[in-house]
Amino acid sequence: MKLYEYQGKDLLQKAGIPTPPGRVVSSMKELEAAKSSLRYPLVVKAQVLVGGRGKAGGIQFADNWDEAKKHTQNILGMTIKGLKVNKVLLVEKIEFAKELYASVLIDRSSRKPLFLVSAEGGVEIESVADEKIHRKTVNPLAGVSGYVVRELTDAMGLEPQVRHQVQDILVKLYKAFRANDCELLEINPLAVTPDGKVLAGDAKAILNDGALFRHPDLEKVEEEYTPLEQEARAQNIAFIQLEGKIGVIANGAGLTMATLDALQEFGGAAGVFLDLGGTDNPEQVTRAFRLMKKAEPSVMLLNMFGGITKCDTVARGIMAVLEKEPVDFPIVTRIKGTNAKEANEIFKNAGFTTANTLQEAAQKAVELERGGPASNGSHAKPKKATVTTKGGKK
Amino acid sequence: MAVVLTKKSKVLVQGITGHQGQFHTQQMLAFGTKVVGGVTPGKGGERIHGVPVFNTVAEAVRQTGADTSLIFVPAAFTKDAVLEAVDAGVENAVVITEHVPVHDALDFVHFAKSQGVTLIGPNCPGAASPGEKAKVGILPNMIFRPGDVAIASRSGTLTYEIVNALSEAGIGQSTCLGLGGDPVPGTTFVDALEKFEADAATKRIVLVGEIGGTAEEEAAAYIEKRVSKPVYAYIAGRTAPEGKRMGHAGAIVTRGMGTAQSKVKAFEKAGAKVAKFPTDIAELMKKAKK
Repeated sequence: MKLYEYQGKDLLQKAGIPTPPGRVVSSMKELEAAKSSLRYPLVVKAQVLVGGRGKAGGIQFADNWDEAKKHTQNILGMTIKGLKVNKVLLVEKIEFAKELYASVLIDRSSRKPLFLVSAEGGVEIESVADEKIHRKTVNPLAGVSGYVVRELTDAMGLEPQVRHQVQDILVKLYKAFRANDCELLEINPLAVTPDGKVLAGDAKAILNDGALFRHPDLEKVEEEYTPLEQEARAQNIAFIQLEGKIGVIANGAGLTMATLDALQEFGGAAGVFLDLGGTDNPEQVTRAFRLMKKAEPSVMLLNMFGGITKCDTVARGIMAVLEKEPVDFPIVTRIKGTNAKEANEIFKNAGFTTANTLQEAAQKAVELERGGPASNGSHAKPKKATVTTKGGKK
Repeated sequence: MAVVLTKKSKVLVQGITGHQGQFHTQQMLAFGTKVVGGVTPGKGGERIHGVPVFNTVAEAVRQTGADTSLIFVPAAFTKDAVLEAVDAGVENAVVITEHVPVHDALDFVHFAKSQGVTLIGPNCPGAASPGEKAKVGILPNMIFRPGDVAIASRSGTLTYEIVNALSEAGIGQSTCLGLGGDPVPGTTFVDALEKFEADAATKRIVLVGEIGGTAEEEAAAYIEKRVSKPVYAYIAGRTAPEGKRMGHAGAIVTRGMGTAQSKVKAFEKAGAKVAKFPTDIAELMKKAKK
């Protein structure tokens, strides 16, 4: 879960890393209440999880109360890249003499926390030359010892006064990264003021979803998900909306991805990625199928391998939903594994297009999406064509 | 001989009294696995499918001589369970649990490593050595057939698909390792390749990868240098939208690696045969045999 800037800064502040004083408000009433604590000049910053806030007018400067009020009024409720601004951060404007960069993240290659630092911060780290980014992994069992941060600040080439502050901040950054279950904790810029003080100019934090139960006080941030995706998350269903029109249900993330790939091989594109996981619990199958319906696919492709999960149980779960709530899109199924025969019978009787292989299923789904005449064709044993044409596009 | 699991392996199930633990204990016994004990704190003295239950792993290891522990406990308690198993002196720990906090995985992966324990998972389906009649985890029994192909995979059901297609084509397996899909796994492709290359029972190798991370690229580099056996691969996620979760800092670390294209290219460069569809691996092997 990505955090808003103000939440990230809060996390840094609690770890003892200096940040410019600020207040977050979600209404003009809250702004009035914060009036006496504001110091000028200040920056009014829209709290959204997308880049390019400045260009969109979501960052404004204020020298006095009237300006702060005007900008807050304008920014609250504005839409940036499709996201509504519900909160603004008013933060004291600081002068930067120099902008550094520091982050800790989980490095999958070494399977360790990794420090990235640079003396050239304030810009997107991707645009910084590779030799100017310094790296150091930390063995989690050993933790961050003094030499780790000495090596890093040495590589950055900092003057003594700044160096000591940065070392202290890096140690605290690592501790905050670990204590808050972060996948990424980034300070950019790590600002140096003209009088040589170092503080966090911005904060970016991504928390590990698997550890959110350890941080119950944290406000949930879900704006990066579509409304249907949020609904799915609440039900523990892996559901992602994509650009295409074919709805894909499979069991297991790898198999679902493989199904998406197969569609593309035949020129199609998936609109929904729905990973049923290892369940054949009828209630979960029902919930998954309802979500798929709400996404209004033009065709649905069910690809399933039943191991412990029994294919016929899933098939019965789907039929139970359909009997009560019929759909107007055609369904292609490809079932393999435990009790696949029974499941295939159920689906054939229901008039679905059944396929024996993933390739065949993908091809048929793409044909149906184009309004073409998919049938239980060449690869399959001869059987009656069972195309449902209700939802086929003309 | 197969790797990790052999017919001599003595298996312990942590979380044996839970719904999953009970069901899969029965399945493993049916496969032929020597399940010698289970652990659930507070339930010592009970029996599950005839298997004695202990309160602690240390006690279970003392009483049964177990060398492999299968971990089914809920995510919040997984770290403690792995540390307990490693500390009790098992040689292998296999973690099925999904949604384990990644910082917990950081801790127990490195603890296992420091104690010389082979850790598989978290978020994995387990491991099987069909010729040894040994399986730990939730892999379906009916897909396997003894043979000379070793498989390592980051995906669950995709592994079942591929193994099943191999078996249907008459191609059996020496060992199948489900490595799991989490960002911090106990065993990587490189670790698996090292074991497969040294295993006399393995003649051919299959790797099932997916987008994210650089494990496949590292495996490809290792294959070029150290692996003499033929390698076949499948990569899922060629069309998945690019994961932006790690933002720019993440992109820097992988520097263009991590995409399906990069992985396919790396494998091909290393001389591995990459299948377009999962079940094509069996076809590719049959062709190579001719």
